[in-house]
Amino acid sequence: MINPTVTETAAPAAEIPLAFKPKKGGYIPKGLTLLSVIIITVILAVILYNIVFGGIGIISVDFLTHPPEQGMEAGGIFPAIFGTVALVILMTIAVVPIGVLTAIYLQEFTSPDSRITRLIRLAINNLAGVPSIVFGLFGLGFFIGFVGRGMDLLFTDGSGPVWAQPAIIWASLTLAVLTLPVVIVATEEALRTIPPEIKDASYALGATKLQTIIRVILPQATPGILTGAILAVSRGAGEVAPIMFTGAAYYLPYLPGKLNDQFMELGYHIYVMATQSPDVEKTKPILYGTVLVLLVLTFMLNFLAVILRSKIRSKRVNA
Amino acid sequence: MPEEETVLEEENMVENEKKSPVQNETIPDKIKPDKDDGAKTKIIVSNLDFYYGDSQALFRVSLNIEENKVFALIGPSGCGKSTFLRTLNRMNDTIPGTRLSGTVLLDGEDIYKVRDVSAVRTRVGMVFQKSNPFPKSIFENVAYGLKVNGITNKDLIAEQVENTLKKAYLWEEVKDKLNNNAYLLSGGQQQRLCIARALAIRPEVVLMDEPASALDPISTSKIEDLIAELKKDYTIVIVTHNMQQAARVSDNTAFFYEGVMIEAGPTNKIFTKPDKKKTEDYITGRFG
Amino acid sequence: MDKLQFKPKSRWREFIGEKFIALSALSALVAIFLIFAFIFKESIPIFTDPDIKEEASVDKMVFKQEFYEGREAKWSWQPNSEVPKYSLLPLFIGTIKAALIAMLFAVPLGVGAAVYSAEFASRRMREFIKPIIELLAGIPSVVLGFLALIVLATFLQKTFGFVFRLNTINAGIALGLAVIPIVFTVAEDAMTSVPKSLRDAALALGANPWQVSMTVVLPAALPGIAAGIVLGFGRAIGETMIVLMASGNAAIISASFTDSIRTISATIAAELAEVVFGSAHYSVLFFLGTLLFVFTFFINLGGDYILGRLKIKFQGRMK
Repeated sequence: MINPTVTETAAPAAEIPLAFKPKKGGYIPKGLTLLSVIIITVILAVILYNIVFGGIGIISVDFLTHPPEQGMEAGGIFPAIFGTVALVILMTIAVVPIGVLTAIYLQEFTSPDSRITRLIRLAINNLAGVPSIVFGLFGLGFFIGFVGRGMDLLFTDGSGPVWAQPAIIWASLTLAVLTLPVVIVATEEALRTIPPEIKDASYALGATKLQTIIRVILPQATPGILTGAILAVSRGAGEVAPIMFTGAAYYLPYLPGKLNDQFMELGYHIYVMATQSPDVEKTKPILYGTVLVLLVLTFMLNFLAVILRSKIRSKRVNA
Repeated sequence: MPEEETVLEEENMVENEKKSPVQNETIPDKIKPDKDDGAKTKIIVSNLDFYYGDSQALFRVSLNIEENKVFALIGPSGCGKSTFLRTLNRMNDTIPGTRLSGTVLLDGEDIYKVRDVSAVRTRVGMVFQKSNPFPKSIFENVAYGLKVNGITNKDLIAEQVENTLKKAYLWEEVKDKLNNNAYLLSGGQQQRLCIARALAIRPEVVLMDEPASALDPISTSKIEDLIAELKKDYTIVIVTHNMQQAARVSDNTAFFYEGVMIEAGPTNKIFTKPDKKKTEDYITGRFG
Repeated sequence: MDKLQFKPKSRWREFIGEKFIALSALSALVAIFLIFAFIFKESIPIFTDPDIKEEASVDKMVFKQEFYEGREAKWSWQPNSEVPKYSLLPLFIGTIKAALIAMLFAVPLGVGAAVYSAEFASRRMREFIKPIIELLAGIPSVVLGFLALIVLATFLQKTFGFVFRLNTINAGIALGLAVIPIVFTVAEDAMTSVPKSLRDAALALGANPWQVSMTVVLPAALPGIAAGIVLGFGRAIGETMIVLMASGNAAIISASFTDSIRTISATIAAELAEVVFGSAHYSVLFFLGTLLFVFTFFINLGGDYILGRLKIKFQGRMK
């Protein structure tokens, strides 16, 4: 049919009539995949229902502001809340600057195809996939066994371990390594939304690269950096395996006041109460209450991050 | 005939490349526009080649730009006029993989031999095609160039911001809302703000890359009036795809085609009796 | 007009700033390297230290051992018994069994939901599904472990009459809940990034949306869906808190999915806290961590490689 002369000269073969079948709508696959969505939704609903109704009864000001009593069968969870907050604050202080600088380097200093960029990206992706228990081992082997012991050798008289023992500083640094990819990815996404024309304008006014980064790029990327920090906090607050050996304690009669103190933490508290308690039925209300508090905390943070991110994205569409 | 003409052009080009540098020295003089009125030459470009990676974008461009005049660069899109403009304040340095040979002399000094790029850019300012204010307040936009160049005196900054906004005829419109975000201004106001921002550091040369292409006719005429006013104090180089605009605002014009500077001279001459057939074809709208 | 007096810019500050950013950007690379180095370092004695080799050589971890004279040789993990036994086989089997159940549960649901979201869902429906998955992803694994331990285990035992309350199926389902978001996200991303031109071409030939999905989108996105499954498997192998709490932690060799299991990750988590620093047991646990790290490292590498190739393919076609 492409060359008309051919069809004209060729023997006029009778065209075979094409009988098109009417199309089936594909209702079965649509139904089956929709079923997957429904099952997931129902599971999630059951989970949330179970936790909310299991835990709401015990939530009170006293519960949130008092320490555990009678071997965790009564009292509140204040030390665990305090420890969790202190842990993620220290973690944030450690992870955000490094994550942001890494993202700046990747977006502003190298081309996406350069070997070093690809290598760094590979490392970030892999870091995000390392099992959390491996981070726990790493924290124990590196921060406590190497950094902590080194500090003890240098700064103490050797009478006993000061730094070479589980402590909140080591747990938060371990979590900082774990959440590094989260901060980098979120910051990079924000940096990509900054129009290059604005950077050009800054350079054209005689600003150096560093001045442009500090005065134009970073202020623009702030919501993205904030999103990354929030997601990191939400992730860090829920992780237990990395802090089990690096600083979390079953029970402490005091709140952590120094960097080398141990601490109680919500997730670890749940684990301990659920698995080590002599009578789980008795601790169940407190257990559910703790789960609810942890879940509300992480969900609120995630929700905040989602809102911030959608704001950034809509900005990019308008720009 | 036209075909022969282009062939000749190409041959000339090839010959140019083979010629010794000594012979090339004569080229800038030959095409020097408007020699007679004794105007001082601000920028001398000689034998400029420019490459994006492996592809060459500018071929042996030589050009003189006079002080306190408006110089227009015209030509079809992709002809290299914007690339050429960006070589005048080394903005192309920010694009990785670019290469350049030849010289750009600003008051006799080769800007590509200056170690501090930002020092060049404080002398040669730039206004971009798309208005690109910072997402900061109006005041901060104009003050930005002063601050990054180490001026800390708040009174001086405030005074300079006001003077510059007045110079850009924007002061009356924004004096009550200096702390508003610049994005709240209209498109035309934003572009005049960008001009004010460029003027605030008192450059000697202002480069404008199609500054009015995204604006409505009223805003455009305001910008054109502004350009006419500004040439008292500045040397202006403007890229435009709009030939009427070039004819209205500029004193001298250069025509670029496929990376080659075909012809340069006083604007009225270029638009009325150009030497080259190619220029005439473009001016009369036969292509582009 | 007077020239303004500008301060010359500090070349040093610029230089130091840029180098500092570049150095920070190596953080992720350094982290990956340190994690491997410090975990592997602690397991080296297994290969070098004669005393530790006597107790737990690689041979003893891999092959059947005659632990007591005269009795049948077998694989056994009992590091704290009078005769410490370090066979890894029970742990391997436990890990694989849990991951298998998790994948059987998560792949149909995750891929099904992804197909629905990418191919059938209306815009509004998609805006409902995505947050559902994000919520599921946001549940800390200790909470999933808690629910499997307290709620799911009881439910399954009552419904199916399992002998052991905490068993492979129980742990595997909870593990699957943690895997669904990964499978969904990667698979959905692969399908939505199939170039629109490809869909349009098929639609223009008279194919209905379902035929387009089956004959164009799914085949094109298949590597991406596979990558999602691979990455999900990596997560299932490495996940700790869920299996630690919900699997029963019995290191037995059994083909039955209603028996308890002990996974590699849960073994590390459960035993590291009580182990003597520098002992054979300590080294073996770090060795397990090394295995886990290496395994997930290559899983992630593989997943990333597939996704990278897919991206090039799609972007190449769009041009």
